[in-house]
Amino acid sequence: MLKHRVIPCLLLRQGGLVKTKRFRDPVYVGDPINAIRIFNEKEVDELMVLDIEASREGGEPDFELIGQCAGECMMPLCYGGGVRSLEQARQLFALGVEKVCIQSAALSDMKILREIADVFGSQSVLFSLDVRSGLFGRRFAYHAAKRMDDSRQWHELLQAAVSHGAGEIMLNAVDRDGMMKGMDVALIREAAGQLSVPLIAGGGVGSLADIRQAVEAGASAVSAGAFFVFYGPHRAVLITYPRYQELEALLQGVQR
Amino acid sequence: MHIGIPSIACGNFASVVNTVARAGGQATLLARPEQVRECSKIIIPGVGAFDHGMRSLHDEGWSQPLHEFATQLKRPVLGICLGMQLMCRSSEEGVLPGLGWIDAQVRRFKFPEGSSLKIPHMGWNTIVVCRDNPLIARTDGEQRFYFVHSYHAVCSQQEDVIATTRYGSDVTAAFQRDNVMGAQFHPEKSHRFGLGLIRKFVELPC
Repeated sequence: MLKHRVIPCLLLRQGGLVKTKRFRDPVYVGDPINAIRIFNEKEVDELMVLDIEASREGGEPDFELIGQCAGECMMPLCYGGGVRSLEQARQLFALGVEKVCIQSAALSDMKILREIADVFGSQSVLFSLDVRSGLFGRRFAYHAAKRMDDSRQWHELLQAAVSHGAGEIMLNAVDRDGMMKGMDVALIREAAGQLSVPLIAGGGVGSLADIRQAVEAGASAVSAGAFFVFYGPHRAVLITYPRYQELEALLQGVQR
Repeated sequence: MHIGIPSIACGNFASVVNTVARAGGQATLLARPEQVRECSKIIIPGVGAFDHGMRSLHDEGWSQPLHEFATQLKRPVLGICLGMQLMCRSSEEGVLPGLGWIDAQVRRFKFPEGSSLKIPHMGWNTIVVCRDNPLIARTDGEQRFYFVHSYHAVCSQQEDVIATTRYGSDVTAAFQRDNVMGAQFHPEKSHRFGLGLIRKFVELPC
């Protein structure tokens, strides 16, 4: 049976790993290669590495570092941050990255997804959307690189991305990021219900029970950052990942 | 003598090269098609669309030397993911004929209306080993591998199938006929399970 994936999401900033709270206040948590080695030993399902400044600064992906990460990974690697051309995607795949995660470039023009999907297949291109909650339960698509809302409806953006070839959706709840207080289950349920492609839900994981809730709400995969790099109430840096048997027991019996 | 990896435009080479090294072998990226016959084994990796893969095999001159390697020299060839599908006769994903080393057709996943199964089949799945084979040991314990694909190989000769995985129905996870082998999953991204497969390929006599 196909397993639900549980994906550590590592944030890259100037060559080091950081973790944010609500997309702000990045705290240094360590060296990416070292973290990947630990995640190898723990046999994690998949790894996501997002460069949180590459798009903001208008720069390129750090190909050298990404190549080192990909070579070290014994699990699938998804990279995001500053990818805005087919040529960059080609370089990343040649380095051994399995999937590219695209946000800024696709919010500007969805056709980048189609270009990559046509050459490398839909499964290799992921559209990531950050959603922010406003007053009265309203939700806004948030353009992280510009630090402002996108005027379009979040679910319309997801549909557009899928129809343009995105093979997977990463949906992140901005207000939950790094808080470890639980996920936006209603958002996950609503998104999963209307998607024909796998959904990775992120933002807010603070316990294994949160992961199960997201999966029950329809997520194919759950990503978490703080939960896998912080330990205890003082957020001491410690890389952890549940044992396979633990995840098996946790996610047993959830309908796909 | 070493393992060669044709540098076709749709490959993910680095992780395969690294996994072969971890398994105790040595893999080299081949820049030119003439180098194929100097290799003892070949791995054809690949992500991407079928026609794009076939076109880069043809346009860059790989098909002929690979064909000779697989069907005349009969040395071990392992196709991974798209690389495996290229070994089949044809694919619903494209119009170009495949390499045709395995009597199989590549079909798109089809699920009944209202099914909650998503395409692509993406993630970790367990396999069932169908028969003794050179690549995957028949163990008692669960073996899981990382899959990412929207199409799957349907073998005409059932005995070519060495392992299946369950996604809607039983689909081919790996096949083998003589020296030609294919894995639909990504052994280079499947922790110790994939490393075990690559190690068996590295240690195959040739």
